[in-house]
Amino acid sequence: MLLRHTPKEIKERKALTINPAKTCQPVGAMYAALGVHGCLPHSHGSQGCCSYHRSVLTRHYKDPIMAGTSSFTEGSSVFGGQANLMQAISNMFTIYNPDLIAIHSTCLSETIGDDLNQIVDKATTDGKVPEGKNVIFCNTPSYVGSHVTGFSNMCAGIVKGLAKHTGVAKDQVNIMPGWVEPSDMREIKRIAAEMLAKIVMYPDTSDVVDTPQTGEFKMYPDGGATVEDIASSGDSIKTLALGSWASEDAAKLLDSKFKVPYEVLDIPVGLSATDRFVEALSNAAKVPVPASFVAERGRLVDVVSDMSQYLYGKKVALFGDPDQLIPLTEFLLDLDMVPTHIVSGTPGKKFTEKIKELCAEKAPNVNVMNGKQADIFQLHQWIKNEPVDLLMGNTYGKYIARDEELPFVRYGFPIIDRIGHSYFPTVGYTGGIRLLEQILGALMDKIDASADETKVELVM
Amino acid sequence: MSEDKKLPDPSALKEEILAKYPPKIARKRAKSMVINDSKLDQEVQSNVRTIPGIITQRGCTYAGCKGVVLGPTRDIINLVHGPIGCSFYAWLTRRNQTDPGPEGPDGENFINYCFSTDMQDENIVFGGEKKLKQAIQEAYDIFKPKAIGVFSTCPVGLIGDDVHAVSREMKEKLGDCNVFGFSCEGYKGVSQSAGHHIANNQLFRHVVGNDDTKPEGQFNINLLGEYNIGGDGFEIDRIFQACGINVVCTFSGNSTMGAFERSHTADLNLVMCHRSINYMAEMLETKFGIPWMKVNFIGGESTAKALRKIGEYYEDEALIAKIEEVIAEELPKVEARAAEARKRTEGKLAMLFVGGSRAHHYQELFKELGMETVSAGYEFGHRDDYEGRKVLPTIKVDADSRNIEELKVEPDTERFNPRASEIKLETLQEKGMEVSDYKGMNTDMADNALIVDDITHWETEKLVDFYKPDIFCAGIKEKYVVQKSGIPLKQLHSYDYGGPYAGFEGAINFYTDIETMLSTTIWKKLKAPWLAKTDTDPCICAEYVA
Ligand code: SF4
Ligand code: SF4
Repeated sequence: MLLRHTPKEIKERKALTINPAKTCQPVGAMYAALGVHGCLPHSHGSQGCCSYHRSVLTRHYKDPIMAGTSSFTEGSSVFGGQANLMQAISNMFTIYNPDLIAIHSTCLSETIGDDLNQIVDKATTDGKVPEGKNVIFCNTPSYVGSHVTGFSNMCAGIVKGLAKHTGVAKDQVNIMPGWVEPSDMREIKRIAAEMLAKIVMYPDTSDVVDTPQTGEFKMYPDGGATVEDIASSGDSIKTLALGSWASEDAAKLLDSKFKVPYEVLDIPVGLSATDRFVEALSNAAKVPVPASFVAERGRLVDVVSDMSQYLYGKKVALFGDPDQLIPLTEFLLDLDMVPTHIVSGTPGKKFTEKIKELCAEKAPNVNVMNGKQADIFQLHQWIKNEPVDLLMGNTYGKYIARDEELPFVRYGFPIIDRIGHSYFPTVGYTGGIRLLEQILGALMDKIDASADETKVELVM
Repeated sequence: MSEDKKLPDPSALKEEILAKYPPKIARKRAKSMVINDSKLDQEVQSNVRTIPGIITQRGCTYAGCKGVVLGPTRDIINLVHGPIGCSFYAWLTRRNQTDPGPEGPDGENFINYCFSTDMQDENIVFGGEKKLKQAIQEAYDIFKPKAIGVFSTCPVGLIGDDVHAVSREMKEKLGDCNVFGFSCEGYKGVSQSAGHHIANNQLFRHVVGNDDTKPEGQFNINLLGEYNIGGDGFEIDRIFQACGINVVCTFSGNSTMGAFERSHTADLNLVMCHRSINYMAEMLETKFGIPWMKVNFIGGESTAKALRKIGEYYEDEALIAKIEEVIAEELPKVEARAAEARKRTEGKLAMLFVGGSRAHHYQELFKELGMETVSAGYEFGHRDDYEGRKVLPTIKVDADSRNIEELKVEPDTERFNPRASEIKLETLQEKGMEVSDYKGMNTDMADNALIVDDITHWETEKLVDFYKPDIFCAGIKEKYVVQKSGIPLKQLHSYDYGGPYAGFEGAINFYTDIETMLSTTIWKKLKAPWLAKTDTDPCICAEYVA
């Protein structure tokens, strides 16, 4: 057994986290910053954090992830990191020539109390920021929240640093897609294009972390929301913020700064959340839902109705991030599956409330926990006490899946042992079919592998 | 590699690289970029601060301490005291294989687990010692481990939590659990290297020598600086076993606390990765009288050479005969595979920028494949890793290194026992055996090879452009950067999830993997056919015009 020491008996823990279902803020900030075209993310702290964040993103995307670090030493930890950051800004512009630098802090610089605002101001007045270039920043202390918080903070940092208000209203809708894959961002753009809705979406990591292999390395790939587009978002009619954990703060900031009203929606994972998204976009952009969407939706519904016998009543254990888990839980309920154990390391009281509300009717006994000590160890113990039919979560779930012989669908961050997430979306109706295909594939592979010889079915 | 064939002179490349840097930085980087000349004693500036913003490969002290040295030990709970990330990223990402055997009290294996105090803002403001104590207690209550190591991350050092005091207190309280701490905050030192040193110190202080049980073998060695990535240690163990050599302890691949505790009972220390573990070798020699020798089990020939060194050290006819028998059995297979692979690899160019010893060791394997190493450097090496230990007395200790504790070690009053006489060690040294010595990487490199320490992203791009190597060796962060330039990159931290690459079997695996990488069809199809033709093929253009 891989996790041979995980006991069935659950002892309450107050201080120890085992096998976390979250990681730290800066990695989210780094990922969000990559969604701006020509941006070089920068980690203000010692170089270990930056190395770790680049590594995990690289493993997840199998694509170059570039970022700088302030390379703190013991001296900078005592005297503050201003000198390091000033030097880093100047070096990065000189050597790597980005359009903009997006700085996030780390536990170290936060604990020291470095004032990013003041340092960036000083860098600008000292002429370290070339004409026409930008430096944006956000604070990402990892002892608060999780990687999702960091993503959210950088989204707000992008608004703060780049969004503008010209006073001339623009007939466009802002979409803040939340922490989703480049494939999902591409799909959201396709949906909007099909609806003839004019949108500005940021961050947008498509064509940044899923770049083509052409034999030519581009330090700043073709994708990413442009500074110009982001600037124009202050003049948009409305913002659709997908996922309250990742996108609400940025949308709120646009509202308070420029009076762009916003609506928070779930990330369009699964049938119902996609329905709401399509309607909301149609309303906001004042465009009709095209007929093709009836067919697209219908294909998803068709697959569900065709295969429901394999889904009905199957128990599922899930771990990941709130913005994903909420619509995913709703989707599983639409499939008549039974969400049984759910954990997220990301804090926020409304998560458990929301899950309980969703499950009240069909899965009233759901075990749900988030924030402190809501880790994969806890989830595993729950599974030992009440077994499930399916596990969904990031790559780390495979240790539980193997020990407990569970069908396993990789979903979330990081996925470092399979490909697909960069290329095949799980949002929208088509994304719903992809999710279903993965869920059914996992369940049915187990049926095939474990059925008695006399009971193996050719047609399923 | 033929000695007489000189590599192209990279002086112009070096100038071009430096021209992009502001003058101060250019001056600093120039000292870390050395065009190898075997006739000179050349200094390679290394183990110095990385320039902010330059885009480095390096990680932090915590990574070197927890990730590298302690990570591979299976029966200790490595509890990371800090916010969640540091522990999360070091969770299973280094591929240290371990074989705990069947479940039961002796089959402890915590490697698949990740432990953290997950500090919150109130812990940063009011201190985290209470939470740490509680976390140690909970880990003990749930798992009953024999040891708990506590690792400090950056904020812990700043807020002044005393992990050592907490560890001492909890060790006393728990009674049967060895709890000890590591002040390995990421801002210390200039790279992972400081973390290795800290790990060595604490293992030596709290674990080594705790169990005097004598080993049962006739030839008892420790293998130092071998981390069982991809099963390297398993392969070396297999060879030792075939030769009748008993490994008391490996630092730290597939290791246990028990093995560390008994490691002072060995006769000889063999050092693989000099950078990460030379401190342990020296301390074991000073305190217990165990001599050490540098060896390299990377490469078929090197493996044979390393085994013969052991035979010579023991001066035992039967052992020497057995070793020769094993070599005679294994080496021909390795050579045959190399000969086969060479059909595709001969004359190809390699570059290696990785770690603190691999950039050196793996040149052997490339040599066996008939490939030339045109440029190489370490991520966190020191001058002695480049120039040899002869430069140790001349290395200036700067502010960053001064803060890393040097343990004062004295001969043990009862247990010090010099395993070999001075004269014997001198004789071995004269035979070129690198007794208490390491000659470094430079001497093994061709003239005009470009040595670059702590290479930056900019330098990587320029080097790839200039040399157009057939294969580039580095880590995960560089992997796709280089590959997007159309050049395959072999990860030498993780082996691209393959291996083992050590020992005889490992050499065969490596030849095959490199052969595979160099023969992979897709590299020839990167360009869309219509783009590939246009400007290089005038006939096609003419056709279009017509
Ligand atoms: S110190 Fe903080 S920012 Fe850095 S890796 Fe650890 S948790 Fe993340
Ligand atoms: S916080 Fe410090 S210890 Fe943790 S990863 Fe970053 S540099 Fe390393």
